Amino acid sequence: MSAVTEVSEGPTTSAAIPPPRRSRTLPITMGAVAVLLAFVPFVDVHVPGLFGGELSSPGVLQILAVGLVFAGVAMSYDLILGYTGMLSLGHALYFALGLYGTNLLMRLFELSYAAAVPIALVGSFVLAVVLGSVALRVRGVAFAMVTLAFAEAFHVFVEADPVGITGGEEGLSLDTAYVPDILTGVVNTRVVYWLALAFAVLTFAICRQAVASRAGRVFQAIRENEDRVEMLGLRPFNFKLLSFALSAVLASAGGAVYLLLVRGATPGSASSVFTLNLIIMVVLGGLGRLWGAALGGLVFGYLQLRLPAVARSGVFDPLPDWLEGPLTEPLFILGTLFVILVMFAPGGLASLPARLGIKRGGG
Amino acid sequence: MSLQVFVLLSVTGLGLAGVYFLIASGLSLIFGLMDVLNLAHGLFFTVGGYATWWVMTRFQWIESLGLRFLVAFLIATVLGLAVGWATERFFVRRFYGDHVTQILITLGISLAGVALVGGWFSYDPQTFPVPEFMRQVAVIAGARIPVSRLLILAISVVLLVGLLAVLRRTRHGLIIRAGVENRQMVQAMGIDVAKSFTLVFAVGGGLAAIGGILGGVFFAGVTPEFGLNMLIFAFIVVVIGGLGSVEGTALSAVIVGLTQQFVNFFAGAGVGDLTVVVLLAVTLLLRPQGLLGEVAR
Repeated sequence: MSAVTEVSEGPTTSAAIPPPRRSRTLPITMGAVAVLLAFVPFVDVHVPGLFGGELSSPGVLQILAVGLVFAGVAMSYDLILGYTGMLSLGHALYFALGLYGTNLLMRLFELSYAAAVPIALVGSFVLAVVLGSVALRVRGVAFAMVTLAFAEAFHVFVEADPVGITGGEEGLSLDTAYVPDILTGVVNTRVVYWLALAFAVLTFAICRQAVASRAGRVFQAIRENEDRVEMLGLRPFNFKLLSFALSAVLASAGGAVYLLLVRGATPGSASSVFTLNLIIMVVLGGLGRLWGAALGGLVFGYLQLRLPAVARSGVFDPLPDWLEGPLTEPLFILGTLFVILVMFAPGGLASLPARLGIKRGGG
Repeated sequence: MSLQVFVLLSVTGLGLAGVYFLIASGLSLIFGLMDVLNLAHGLFFTVGGYATWWVMTRFQWIESLGLRFLVAFLIATVLGLAVGWATERFFVRRFYGDHVTQILITLGISLAGVALVGGWFSYDPQTFPVPEFMRQVAVIAGARIPVSRLLILAISVVLLVGLLAVLRRTRHGLIIRAGVENRQMVQAMGIDVAKSFTLVFAVGGGLAAIGGILGGVFFAGVTPEFGLNMLIFAFIVVVIGGLGSVEGTALSAVIVGLTQQFVNFFAGAGVGDLTVVVLLAVTLLLRPQGLLGEVAR
C-alpha cells in the first residue's frame, strides 16, 4: 500500500465539513426570509452605512440581486463540494456557459430569451456529463486539477476568441431586442431582482430535495467513504456524475439570470478566480449547509459590490497608504476572513451560533 | 516551415517549459510527499516576480543593471523560500491529515496575497529594466534568438540537475523520495518526515519565485494574477507528468511548452492553450497516472 489510498479517500474526514443535521424548521425559515426579501422593492427606507441609497432604489436592488444569484450558484456548488465531497475547481465553466450560451443563442440564432435559456441549460447538462465522465476517471486532488484545466480551456476560448463570436476580452454585451421589455432597463431592476430571488429559492428547493432523496443519501455516503459505497454494490461514478451534472445545470441557470443583471458576458465570469470565489462563499457560510452557502453568496456579492463604493467615499483615507490599498480590495478582506474562519471556525458562519452556544438546526 | 522559425519556436517553447518546470516541480513534490494541493504556489511565483520588479526599479543606487539583477534574483529567491517556509510552518502544518482544510487554507492565502499585492502596487502590469546582455540576440542556425530565452533555459536546466542531484545524492533527498513513495513506512522507521515537509515547501517556494523572476523576464512584465494564471498550466504539467515525479514534470513541461508555442504560432493565439488541455484529457483517458507517475491517484 502506498500513500495513494489516503488520497483516494478524498476530502472525507475534514473538520471543514461538519456532519449533516436536518431541520424541519429550515424550509419555513428560508421561506419567511424569501418572502421578506420579495418585499424589499417596496421599502423606501434608507439604511445609512449599509447601503448607498433607499432599499427600493435600483442600485441597492442590483447589489442584492447579484448577492442572490451568487447565493444560488454557491448552493449548487455546495451540492458537489459540501454534500458529495468532490472538489471541482471548474464550476465557473458552467456558470459562464449559462451566461455566454444564452447570450450567443440569442445573438447568433435570434432566439428569444425564454427559448435560449432552456437550450443553454440542456447544452450545459450534456457538456457536464461528457467532461465529468473524463474528469471522474481520477479522484481527489487530480480531479480538482482536471476540472480546473477544462474550465480554463473555456476561459481561454472566450478570451482569445479564435472563432470571432465571443467578443474576446471586451466580452459580449446583451442585445435587449431578444429580451422581454419587462426584464430590461433600470426601472425594471426590481423585476430582475425578483427573478434572481426566484432562482435562489428554486435552487434551494431543488438542492434540498436532491440531498434528501435516495440518490442524495448516496452523495453524502460517497463524501464520507467512497470505497464503502462501492463495496455495498453501488457505482459511485454514476452518483458523482449525477451530482456534478445537476450542479452544473443549476449554475448555468444562475449564469442566465446574471446575464440580465450585468447586461453582458465577460471572460472574468469564466476564470478560475470565479470558482475560487465560489469556494470562499461556500466555506464562509459553511460547507454542507445549504443556508450557509446561500448566506455566504449573499455576503460575498454584497461586499464585492459595496466595498469599492465605501472605499471611494473616503472612509479609509486617514489610513496610511500601505493599509488603505489592501483594505479597499474585497478579496483581501474576504481572503483573510476566510483563512481565519477555516483555521478557527471550520464550520463557517453556519457553525457560529452553535459555537457561541446558541442551539439551532442546520440543513 | 523554415529552419529559422523552427529554431526560434523551439527555444521559446523550451524557455516557457523552463518557467513551467520551476513552478510545477515544487507543486509536484509537495503533492507527492504531503498530498497537499498547494494553491498558494501561484502566489510564490507572483512574489518572485514582484520582488524582482521592486529591486530593479527602486534600487537605482546599484548602477550596473547586471549586478542589480543578481541582487534582485537573490532577494526574490530568499523571499520565495521564506514565504514557502512560513506557509507550511504557520498554516499548513496545523492541519496534517485534513486535506480539504489544507487546500482551503492555501486558497485563502493565495487570494488574500494576490489582493494584497494588487492593493499595494495596483493591478496594472509592471515592467522592469533587464541587463543589457539579455536584450541582445544570438544567431543560431540563422535564427535570431533573444539571449534572455537562452538564459531562462540555462537556469532551468541547472536547477533541474541540481534538484535531481539533491533528491538522489543527499539524505534529505532520500527521505523525500521515500516519503513520496510511502510516507507511513518512513515514519515507522523513526524518521521525522515533518522536517521534510517544511523543506519541500521552502524549496518549492524558492523554485516558484525563481520561476516568477524568469517569467517576468519572459513575458516582459508582472501582474498580481500572473502567478495564478501560471498555476493553471503548472497543474496541467503536473498531471500530465505524473504527480510526485520530478523527471515526469520536466518531460511534461517540455511537451506542454513546445506544443503551446508551435500551435499558437501556426493555428492562432489561444489554440495552443486549448491543445494543451486536450493533451491533458487524452493523457487522463489513456494513462491516468501521468507519463512517469507510478500509480493512479
